Amino acid sequence: MTTVPLLKAVGLTKAYGPTPALSDADFAIRAGEVVAVMGPSGSGKSTLLHCIAGIVRPDSGTLTYDGRDLTALSDTARSALRRTDFGFVFQFGQLVPELTCVENVALPLRLNGEKRKAAEARALEWLARLEVDPVAAKRPGEISGGQGQRVAVARALVTAPRVIFADEPTGALDSLNGERVMQLFTEASRDTGAAVVLVTHEARVAAYSDREVVVRDGSVRDTEWAA
Amino acid sequence: MSIGHTLLGLLESGPRHGYDLKRAFDERFGHDRPLHYGQVYSTMSRLLKNGLVVVDGIEPGGGPERKRYAITDAGITDVAQWLATPEKPEPYLQSTLYTKVVLALLTERGAAEVLDTQRSEHLRLMRELTRRKQGGDLADQLICDHALFHLEADLRWLELTAARLDALAAEVRR
Repeated sequence: MTTVPLLKAVGLTKAYGPTPALSDADFAIRAGEVVAVMGPSGSGKSTLLHCIAGIVRPDSGTLTYDGRDLTALSDTARSALRRTDFGFVFQFGQLVPELTCVENVALPLRLNGEKRKAAEARALEWLARLEVDPVAAKRPGEISGGQGQRVAVARALVTAPRVIFADEPTGALDSLNGERVMQLFTEASRDTGAAVVLVTHEARVAAYSDREVVVRDGSVRDTEWAA
Repeated sequence: MSIGHTLLGLLESGPRHGYDLKRAFDERFGHDRPLHYGQVYSTMSRLLKNGLVVVDGIEPGGGPERKRYAITDAGITDVAQWLATPEKPEPYLQSTLYTKVVLALLTERGAAEVLDTQRSEHLRLMRELTRRKQGGDLADQLICDHALFHLEADLRWLELTAARLDALAAEVRR
């Protein structure tokens, strides 16, 4: 594994009004690495994820991705980068209810200009990989929570992102379904060489990672890169 | 774990040699700690003395490993009683960690570091168990899950204690 981080944040701070959410947070992840971001509720885990994914602009600090300064990019350029290089999985899947599962997974490819037939063919491959191809033609409201999360993982992976940001990806699932989602998710991401930032408060989910960082009161202990 | 009861239970399906018993035990239950031959033979001697097993035959060549053991009716009853009796829940780890945390606070060392170090160690073991589970069969998965849930419970305690450290410090230094 390379020692050079793919994504690196130094001294990030972010406040919402008078409330500090992040203070002087450092974080780094290598290509192909799965890092769990742990900490109690309200500690700043999600704010850290939103900042390093370029969704929220930090008040101060530097953020570099593959040698580029992300804080210096325009909103449009950051949005484009999120579409091409980043994938996202959230707690409740956030699938588009009007689209079928295969259309949901194909959506990021279609937004990147790919033709429908080719996009859906690739989407089907990923649905099969996540063992949910039988529900390809169903809409999100017609499938279980566990199936929905697998569809969401397929959608995050279909564009072959270099970094996947997952915020409590199994938070709404029971143990058995959560474990299966994590197993398939981490296997697929390791096979593609993607880095995974995994926000979770569950230790059994964090156990699928290579290492963990802990967020407490907005500050981050990342012992790996502390030196 | 009661090795005696486990070996007795393994004998219920039919007589076995000491070596077969050790192999069966290690395959099913000895993932972390395989039995030593000495443990098997000392346990079988005790079971023999207590009338829970009998020697069913001795193969030529001599030596204790050539003895074939069979379970007795008393042995079967003993296994049934053991299975029917719940295990005593033992919060041993929390007691040790609690002692460490309190001592760290009393001696003005870093109690948060004690908890962080322990959390990292717990997670390291949880990763190992998760990897083993992913590569294993259903029996492996169930055994690893049992350990994982226990470690998770410890971790919850570590998190809760970390959140209450200031209050605990005020109390122990009073």
